[in-house]
Amino acid sequence: MLYSILCYESEALAAGRTKQEDDAMMGRLRGVLQNLQAEGKLGPTARLMPTTTATHIRSGKESPAVIDGPFAETKEQLLGFYLIDCPTLEEAIAAAKLLGREKSHGTLEIRPVAVFNPLGAPVAGRPEAGRSK
Amino acid sequence: MTDMAWITAALTAARPQVLGALLRYFRVLDAAEDAFQEACLRALKTWPVKGPPRDPAAWLIFVGRNFALDEVRRRSRQTELPAEEELVIDDEDPQEELAERLDASHYRDDILRLLFVCCHPDLPTSQQIAVALRIVSGLTVKEIARAFLVSESAMEQRITRAKARITAAEVPFDTPGAPERAERLTAVSMMIYLIFNEGYSASGGSAHVRVSLCEEAIRLNRLLLRLFPGESEIMGLLALLLLQHARASARLDSENNIVLLEDQDRGLWDRELIAEGLALVEKAIRHHRVGTYQVQAAIAAVHAQSPTAADTDWSEIDRLYEVLEALQPSPVVTLNRAVAVSKLRGPAEALKMIEPLAPKLTGYFYFYGLKGALLTQLGQIDEARANFNKAISLANTAAEAAHIRSHLDRLQKDSETG
Repeated sequence: MLYSILCYESEALAAGRTKQEDDAMMGRLRGVLQNLQAEGKLGPTARLMPTTTATHIRSGKESPAVIDGPFAETKEQLLGFYLIDCPTLEEAIAAAKLLGREKSHGTLEIRPVAVFNPLGAPVAGRPEAGRSK
Repeated sequence: MTDMAWITAALTAARPQVLGALLRYFRVLDAAEDAFQEACLRALKTWPVKGPPRDPAAWLIFVGRNFALDEVRRRSRQTELPAEEELVIDDEDPQEELAERLDASHYRDDILRLLFVCCHPDLPTSQQIAVALRIVSGLTVKEIARAFLVSESAMEQRITRAKARITAAEVPFDTPGAPERAERLTAVSMMIYLIFNEGYSASGGSAHVRVSLCEEAIRLNRLLLRLFPGESEIMGLLALLLLQHARASARLDSENNIVLLEDQDRGLWDRELIAEGLALVEKAIRHHRVGTYQVQAAIAAVHAQSPTAADTDWSEIDRLYEVLEALQPSPVVTLNRAVAVSKLRGPAEALKMIEPLAPKLTGYFYFYGLKGALLTQLGQIDEARANFNKAISLANTAAEAAHIRSHLDRLQKDSETG
């Protein structure tokens, strides 16, 4: 069975961490991931940019408005995610609109990926930052 | 994170929201600060035993408000002192109820108001920054004093005086209308920018203290953007700060000398901060509401995306400075544009551009520094030397002076060997 593990935390709190604290935490997490990888259990991992970089659109509309900021509708739950590789935000929005058109309800939030490891944990050092342009 | 570290971080993160709400209740800054202080003390006593509340901010607001109301009662001696236990919330219901009642838009304006009172126009900018760091960020007077290189008692006095002024001023407590909100956002953005600059520009004081000011400005900017996610200038400002801060570890060498952008080791730039900055620039530009922070961020983005200094797209930078000049005409902006012009069309052209600025920039270090550099490129060594000497006399920090002196030394060496 494939499982996804989603991380939730208060962004205000996360933003209060110093770089050293953050690096230390990421280092500990990397240790756990390396063990999972050795057991052949690890798939892709990603760290998302803060919600302030997010853009979202409502599904089920021919030409939905593009709205900034964190997704605030608490009555909806996370059902799934797509990972797409586009050179610009504009193209990512276009892709999301195509997906949104095929769904009757809900929201699609576009969030840039800060760190991405396609297969398993990096062996050492800071992982490469996500592509931006 | 240990429990205690988590609690401290939670209290710091909740501070602007809780203090903002308490200020709305009590309308007096000192009372709000006392109530917050008390709520924090109770949190430190209660949370390790009962576990952290689901919504720390709501808990702190509730407890802080009760404490202050109780103080009022105590002073008026109308009621008996309640027993200590009664003040502690022991189940989650009250805060849940409170959280529902406090709607999100209130929070937003509370925090904005709290930031806004610190930017009182009567206060000189250095005091605005000090007060914001003390009140909103909760830095200690000692930490702020260290950042400004003044004694603790001098900083204490400065903050006390500034707070008295704020208290005397009328702060409107009604929910602001759209124009007032926009005005507050502009003032607060400027203050965040100044906090960052305080950390970024001066190199006196320990690097650690300076960096923490930059990080604090970024933290406040993130907070503001979470509250106002559709404001393109707030996005632009955050992008600008992230892109500048990404270069922090490359800006000073091991002897604390300034390393100019073109000489920096770009491998030391923080790629994660750059990626986030670029994402924000792109998002802001989609709004088609151009603003000075966005343009400055776009300029920083051009540098951030150049693999080497030689790859810099100077014509794009020239174009962006032209936009900035139109938005915010200033001799300093023109001076910066002249750097791009010197790369594109040569030092003579750039010199022609900055010469008319002389009367307005007579006290400006960078003007003479750039003029000296342009004259050097043109081979007018004596004049270059005179300008560098003038720059040194105007330098704000030892690092600035040392940087210009290195130019002079090079001139000296060249004239000896040549």
